[in-house]
Amino acid sequence: MAKRIDANDLNVYYGKFLAVEGVNINIEPRSVTAFIGPSGCGKTTFLRTLNRMHEVLPGAHVKGKVLLDGDDIYGPGVDPVTVRSQVGMVFQRPNPFPTMSIKENVLAGFKLNGKRLSKSDADSIVEKSLRGANLWNEVKDRLDKPGSGLSGGQQQRLCIARTIAVEPSVILMDEPCSALDPISTLAVEDLINELKNEYTVVIVTHNMQQAARVSDKTAFFNIAGTGKPGKLIEYAETSTIFNNPVEQATEDYVSGRFG
Amino acid sequence: MTTQKTPLEDSVSQPIAATASGDAPAGPERRHGRSRLTAGQLPKWTPYAVGAGALVLSAAIMALIGFNVAGWVIIGAIAYVVGMYVVTLVKENRRKATDGLWRNLIIGAFLIALVPLISVMWTVIANGWQGITQPGFFASDMQGITGKYDRAAEAGTGPILGGIAHALVGTLLITAAATIISVPIGLLASIYLVEYSNDNVFSKVIRFFVDVMTGIPSIVAGLFAAGFMLAVFKLFGAQPGAQTIGLSAAIALSVIMIPIVVRSTEEMLRVVPNELREASAALGVRKWRTTLKVVLPTAISGIASGVTLAIARVVGETAPILVTAGFTVATNWNLVKDWMMALPVYIYYQLTTPTAPQAPEPSMIRAWGGALVLIILVMLLNLLARAVAKWLAPKTAGR
Amino acid sequence: MTTVTAPSPLTAGEKGRAGDKFFSGLTFAAGALILVVLLFVTLFLVVNAYPALVASPAELTGESFFSYVWPLVLGTLLAAGLALLFATPVAIGVALFISHVAPRKLAKPVGYVIDLLAAIPSVVYGAWGMLFLAPLLVPIYDWLHTYLGWIPLFGDPSATGRTILTASIVLAVMVLPIITALSREIFVQTPKLHEEAALALGATRWEMIKMAVLPFARPGVISAIMLGLGRALGETMAVALVLSSGALGWNLLSEGNNTIPAEIAANFPEASGLRYNELIAAGLALFVITLVVNLAARWIVNRHKEFSGAN
Repeated sequence: MAKRIDANDLNVYYGKFLAVEGVNINIEPRSVTAFIGPSGCGKTTFLRTLNRMHEVLPGAHVKGKVLLDGDDIYGPGVDPVTVRSQVGMVFQRPNPFPTMSIKENVLAGFKLNGKRLSKSDADSIVEKSLRGANLWNEVKDRLDKPGSGLSGGQQQRLCIARTIAVEPSVILMDEPCSALDPISTLAVEDLINELKNEYTVVIVTHNMQQAARVSDKTAFFNIAGTGKPGKLIEYAETSTIFNNPVEQATEDYVSGRFG
Repeated sequence: MTTQKTPLEDSVSQPIAATASGDAPAGPERRHGRSRLTAGQLPKWTPYAVGAGALVLSAAIMALIGFNVAGWVIIGAIAYVVGMYVVTLVKENRRKATDGLWRNLIIGAFLIALVPLISVMWTVIANGWQGITQPGFFASDMQGITGKYDRAAEAGTGPILGGIAHALVGTLLITAAATIISVPIGLLASIYLVEYSNDNVFSKVIRFFVDVMTGIPSIVAGLFAAGFMLAVFKLFGAQPGAQTIGLSAAIALSVIMIPIVVRSTEEMLRVVPNELREASAALGVRKWRTTLKVVLPTAISGIASGVTLAIARVVGETAPILVTAGFTVATNWNLVKDWMMALPVYIYYQLTTPTAPQAPEPSMIRAWGGALVLIILVMLLNLLARAVAKWLAPKTAGR
Repeated sequence: MTTVTAPSPLTAGEKGRAGDKFFSGLTFAAGALILVVLLFVTLFLVVNAYPALVASPAELTGESFFSYVWPLVLGTLLAAGLALLFATPVAIGVALFISHVAPRKLAKPVGYVIDLLAAIPSVVYGAWGMLFLAPLLVPIYDWLHTYLGWIPLFGDPSATGRTILTASIVLAVMVLPIITALSREIFVQTPKLHEEAALALGATRWEMIKMAVLPFARPGVISAIMLGLGRALGETMAVALVLSSGALGWNLLSEGNNTIPAEIAANFPEASGLRYNELIAAGLALFVITLVVNLAARWIVNRHKEFSGAN
């Protein structure tokens, strides 16, 4: 059920300001793709255009196309809700719903589809999703406790469990480990490695070791200066990007020669 | 804090699909048939069709039970909401139908709320205009205006005499006195809460009771002021009844106004950055001077606009003035002697006890005129509050 | 050079210190004065109400003070309760419209207008209800009586429309902007994090509101409703103008019923002797009711505090 993503000549605007310019990228199904680059280079902005979350910000709009298995998600009449139920997203800071228990959090997205869930079905979905997020063993005894009582890393994995419960085709992750300690980070990275067996995973990260550890392909974004749009500089196999990149800018960045 | 969210659906209409799907498709794009993402969606014209159908249906129902515009619109609106729900439910799915239903209900709530609010404004302006354009409306009081003149006016043989001069004078004097009493007390109390109390128990008690005080019904505040002044006057051996003066009303309004001033000022003082206080203290400036010269000027725009809003809140109060200052037909400039009229009380008395009971029309016109003046006064105070906040806001470079 | 006789430079400036003491004393006094005023309010109400509470039945308006004030209390609660019933759903709808549904360009002016409407004096709403709304409602009341007359609430309709139901509608219009303004403040404070979490799961806008906005805002909205209730309970002029008062009754469509504030306003200027005490005692009853409502609102907010701040 994993789907491929193709962006064609994608420009992203905030009002009149061109934030990201001319991105062409083909993301294969069942792979992990990492977006790296300096702050403000548009990698998070671009990630959010892949499930139309950027539209939450006033004035944000795009030109160009994003194809999800060949269907333009910006085509006329496409409902963003449909797009988002197929392209899930995990955010920088873990954001479980504070008024819901762990179990309710996992089922939150699933319940939207409104099918009457028998208790046993619900339980099996909760278990499957939490196992999928490597969280089951830690929380199975306290499923009815509030989700906000977990540690940061557990909360983030809970959010991943909530995302995969909806059975999306693609999972976008926006710096999912930046608010976590090293041990929690390791747990989430392990999870990403398992997720690629079933999903297309796209991850934005500031941490180059992390990109090297988890991703199959890496895209390097850069910005020429303040006020200029961000651009996709180079997109290749992760080993290529880190060992012998084509572009000088990429090499400078991955070798830490430029900040 | 007040950032609004852009509705997501609106962005669908933004120029996203500027590149028509025909030109130079790169990558494996689906060319034939509709996109799977839009499968099973209703066509764009559906709402218009349902709307037209609902209006026709409503017209048919109204034709059966007697036509009127209000009924036609209301039944049409209900039919539209139900129709959209059913159509979406059948053609798309339950989730989209529910989403649309609530969206329509929320918009409906907004429209329902608009009806009485526009009606109030329209009634006051339309009727009040006739009132304030009467000759001498602002210049004369009601002294000597008897039923004879009003009957003549209603019969069309004389002008509508009388005006709001005495009420306007009373309102301005009483409100000014209330402001003079409550602003210093409110300001000092909030300075105590923020700058001096260190959040001790006493300050918590004050804060709690200030909250309680905001909930006092205005008429209770009036009763208190009346009783308090009666006791004070008794103490000095005055005749009972002599306490019905403008000052009593000002005290009643102060009871209402003080908690409003305290709460808004406290909020404004709290947002003054602590760095400023520390910077001033590090220069060896005394705390009271720091407070007066650094903290207050920084917060003054918010404080001034809070005070103005508090004035706007009490200027329209009727009941506490009615039970403290009484009512009169003559202009009274003296806050500490004799009954005093206020604009809201004037409106109330013109409405409930028309000058000429057989010919109430002139009284109604005067009441509407008074109401229009009162609304304009309140609106001006509100606008003034915004303007004051802008003028006095600290002028920082860069931002 | 330090000498024993010269005053230490560190103890100089006594004058400035006196200023500090004076100023802090002044602010303390102002704070204390507020407490004194509130104490006085309670004290005066109790002292002045006391004669009516203990007076012999013959001197009172009713058989006893209790039988006099009871219908007024019920009338007050009825009018305010009905007003909330009408206003709350609409107010929350309008608040959601401004915060999450309306286009940005429309939301701002609408919010501003709502703020202004909250400032319209109650006597103006009263005039509108008495002269404009009441006559307008007469045919609707006739219709209600004709078709729903079997419900005791819809008995013989009044010919003037100046009934408790009209008064409630006017009260509803008055508290609507208050509840709307407070609820909107809370709705827009919903953490973006939670809204985005819901949207990223593929929630529609309504589902996002249900999942993220409403649970976050619930305690705040409840307290907004309570504040609206407090306002409706204490509202005097609108009721005094709109309602043709009378005895307590079930029929919402006829003249009758009365509220405490309206009773006081109508009778106080001419009241003397025990009647005066009686009205103040009624005011005391109103004070207690609004106090309970406001305390309940605070209690609800405090009880839910740990929920709303999460994350």
